[in-house]
Amino acid sequence: MKHLTRRRILAAAPAVLAFGGPLLSARPARAAKKYGPGVTDTTIKIGNTCFYSGPASSYGTIGRAMAAYYKMVNEQGGVNGRKIEFISYDDAYSPPKTVEMTRKMVEEDHVLLDAGPLGTPTNSAIWHYMNQNKVPQLFVSTGASKWDDPKGHPWTIGWQPNYHGEGIIYANYILKQKPDAKIGVLYQDDDFGKDYLRGITDRVGTKGPAKVALAASYETTDATVDSQIIAIKAAGCDAFVNTAIPKFAAQAIKKAAQIEWKPIHVLSSIGQSVAVTLKPAGLENSVGIVTDFYLKDPTDPQWKDDAGYKWWVAFMGKYYPNGDKTDVNNVYGPSNAATVVQVLKQCGDELTRENVMRQAANLHNFQVPMLLPGITINTTPTDFAPVKQVRMARFSGQRWELFGPLLTGEIG
Amino acid sequence: MTTPQQETVALGVAAPAARQAMRLQTRHWVLAGAIAVALVLPFVFQGFVVFQLTEVLIYGLAILGLNLMTGFNGQFSVGHGAFFGVGAYVTAIMMQRWNVPYYWTLPPAGIVCFVVGILFGLPALRLRGLYLALVTFAAAVALPQLLKFHGLEGWTGGVQGIVVNQPDVPAFLPIIDADQWLYLFTLAITLLMFWGASNLTGSRTGRAIMAIRDHEIAAAAMGINAPLYKTLTFGVSALYTGVAGALSALAVQFVAPDSFSLFVSINFLVGLILGGMGSLPGCLFGGLFVLYVPNIAESLSRGLAGVAYGVIMLLVIFVMPSGAAGFARYVGGLLARHREVELPAHRATPNAVARPAQRVEHQRAESAEND
Amino acid sequence: MQLFLQQVLAGLANGAIYAGMALALVMIFLAIDHLNFAQGEMATFSTFIAWQLLAWGCPYWITFVLVVAISFVGGIAIERVLFKPLHNADILANLVAFIALFSILNSADGYIWDYTIKTFPTPFGSKPLFGSVLIDAHEAGMLVVTAVLLGLLYLFFSGTRLGLAMRAAAHNPVSARLVGIRVGWMTALGWGIAAAIGAVSGMLIAPVVFLDPNMMFGVLLYGFAGAVLGGMTSPGGAVLGGFAVGVIENMAGTFVPYVGRDLKLTIALLVIVAVLMVRPAGIFGRTTVSRV
Repeated sequence: MKHLTRRRILAAAPAVLAFGGPLLSARPARAAKKYGPGVTDTTIKIGNTCFYSGPASSYGTIGRAMAAYYKMVNEQGGVNGRKIEFISYDDAYSPPKTVEMTRKMVEEDHVLLDAGPLGTPTNSAIWHYMNQNKVPQLFVSTGASKWDDPKGHPWTIGWQPNYHGEGIIYANYILKQKPDAKIGVLYQDDDFGKDYLRGITDRVGTKGPAKVALAASYETTDATVDSQIIAIKAAGCDAFVNTAIPKFAAQAIKKAAQIEWKPIHVLSSIGQSVAVTLKPAGLENSVGIVTDFYLKDPTDPQWKDDAGYKWWVAFMGKYYPNGDKTDVNNVYGPSNAATVVQVLKQCGDELTRENVMRQAANLHNFQVPMLLPGITINTTPTDFAPVKQVRMARFSGQRWELFGPLLTGEIG
Repeated sequence: MTTPQQETVALGVAAPAARQAMRLQTRHWVLAGAIAVALVLPFVFQGFVVFQLTEVLIYGLAILGLNLMTGFNGQFSVGHGAFFGVGAYVTAIMMQRWNVPYYWTLPPAGIVCFVVGILFGLPALRLRGLYLALVTFAAAVALPQLLKFHGLEGWTGGVQGIVVNQPDVPAFLPIIDADQWLYLFTLAITLLMFWGASNLTGSRTGRAIMAIRDHEIAAAAMGINAPLYKTLTFGVSALYTGVAGALSALAVQFVAPDSFSLFVSINFLVGLILGGMGSLPGCLFGGLFVLYVPNIAESLSRGLAGVAYGVIMLLVIFVMPSGAAGFARYVGGLLARHREVELPAHRATPNAVARPAQRVEHQRAESAEND
Repeated sequence: MQLFLQQVLAGLANGAIYAGMALALVMIFLAIDHLNFAQGEMATFSTFIAWQLLAWGCPYWITFVLVVAISFVGGIAIERVLFKPLHNADILANLVAFIALFSILNSADGYIWDYTIKTFPTPFGSKPLFGSVLIDAHEAGMLVVTAVLLGLLYLFFSGTRLGLAMRAAAHNPVSARLVGIRVGWMTALGWGIAAAIGAVSGMLIAPVVFLDPNMMFGVLLYGFAGAVLGGMTSPGGAVLGGFAVGVIENMAGTFVPYVGRDLKLTIALLVIVAVLMVRPAGIFGRTTVSRV
């Protein structure tokens, strides 16, 4: 590591001289100043795309919470003395718009990097562009497994545990309880729904004795998922993986209780919020449901004395007072932004796109207040999956009770 | 800044039966000037602005397709995003799965959409108004589902979509970059298709199409084969929008089911109405509106981007109830009244084709009667 | 057989959701001869007002009456402020105004009340009815309220002077004006009634699907399909159309092999288009005769 750094200093020196920059490298570990696009002695410009309008505008709060986090960082003195200028554009969950706004931020605003852009189809649309133009597409806010591809796409890195791996974890849990389970899956006919489903079917396999008896999809325009739940029950399933978004997850829990169906019920991390999903579904209907966590649920009473949670409440109160404190998206945003800030810190004065990617692939045991205790962020040049671990939890009727060890979603 | 010129371009195209040779000539000059400006633009602006302008042309072309059907033929569609999507997927599949060069994918994209359009046009023979709207609406709602359908995933790539390679700059034009080349390519196609639309609407066929819009029964009584023309218009309209979709696949370099939601169709409709029904240059105004105004709305307020967009739409429709083209006609009328004092000859010219503004009036009176 | 019955009943429960919206759409169609794209968003907004009043401690039935009244006045206000100035513009100019209204209301909902789903109380309770797992009290209540609304509308349109005047105004504005009907106010009244029906259906739907700014978008799609299937000019047809869409969709999803589950909406729409081929103005719609 040290060897590399020294080589970089040598390589950087002529460039700095050529630009007439002052040579102020005080510490040996930090290279002389070397700036990529969007960086000055006082500012770092970073970009983002998010859904502030359109059909998925409920996720727009992620971008606003990120902006709030960068505001806090700036008020506390910025990153190594530089203020972060966060430019976030609306793409309305439309891939063509993402391309347009991303090109604007790269080619007109000259941002150093794209920080936490939201959505799978939207990120897929700029995947090629970012890698061709060597612009860091950092910690994309989506759980598709394809972002962990350091060889093919060295300029793109994911952030959260991927849906495919979570699917494997759910299947593992079910198979442990009931090796011959007949599994029913409710999934959104969408990228994340199909990733979950693929994880489950990959793990269950075709050899038996367990099998996926029925996978029923829904569209976000469906009024209810009652029909799907009835069909899954009728298929004789004794295990149920509920990977729906909160609205439909809650309907499914309620409907299952109404038709007196009590399978092994696994709820995905998309819809696990106590206040947002389980309360509407009925806490009494939710007892015994199992899920996996990597972020702290801000509506779970067990965290009320937790230092990380207290920090988050203070942060929301001061920097994002309009934000909904029951919305897990407002936990996601700052946690993702904190990782970006860590990368920038590690970059020191060498704020080039190359170094950003190098540092993004060089995170060691980085802790974020709202990540579950014990879960840290780790990356290496061959591992582009920052958050890999999750823990299982079971709902007691009031709160989620964590159980078992930290898990990663791999088959075998 | 490009708006006034482009509008004038299309104005020149839009009035095929221009009443005065002199005026026609000025229009030709204006048209030539506007094309010259359009040719220079990509060399003035940087890459992403060129990309945006390319998208404006593409949306303008898609809206032109919708206009042929709704503005000229009076058939109402809330599902043209479906044809846009089909065109885009034809290009993406041919290029990425079968290695066909990009320029050869445009004709098949157009033909496939033409056929699909004809198929959707058949129900249109029996249905009108909202009932017809439901059919097109069904197309827009069903397309993303079909694209995601597991049985077709081998072709469509399912929810993951297809990444499309950017067209290479041809060897004989080494000095321009890929964005500029795609812009010029799109401009050429757009001009060609606007020219075609202008000829179509100015021809005998075009008059038949418009006669059906104005009064279908009367048109039929005059010997116009209404079912044939209506179906054909549906097909041609889908062809135009489909070719626009094919170009969009090249520009965006990515197609996915989420790129072709119902909102795309609604955007086209907004662009059409704000640009001006039955006006060819209005389509480009519509393209500018649907591309740029959401960006403006978002810069006004992030939390209330949708409110800002809605308010802007309302303001525009209050100021220009018959769209930009109607507004331009109104302003043009004011100017003409000034000039008429000097050139009384204007009035004497026989009115070959009723002007669109009058047609709208006519149509409204008609529909009131029909009820 | 059990599965079939359950799916039919689940379809009817969904159908009740669509029927309410279809009824509001038909109501506005009868008043202005066009489809109001913002109808669903108006209903959502009304429901949010109700949610807010309830959160402030207002009793359910007082809230219910208040919100219906507020929505009625709000509907009239929207017509007077936004659509009266567009009265002379092309009908498609109105369409842009609908879309603008949609965008404004949806965005305002999210800004004021956030996007996380909210529970909304039911006045009927959610206990299973007749001790069976097939239908619960709220679903049954929805069916009853929809039927009552339909009956009231029928009485209004065929039994009252005002109702007749409204029909005349929508049907033939010129002649209506000649016999002394204030056509402009009749249109506004239509907006008011449609908004009030929307509010009722919003408050009935919310306990089932949960309240969020996008609650009505899907319902509007299905409601539109139901209204067209039944016939845009027939309130009773719209209600039946709504129920039919709910049932057809569930049947397609459950019993059509291979394609059914992923394409149930597509199949439902295909069925509707096929029906329209036979009955171009919907099953119960009036075919307009045009005079040359």
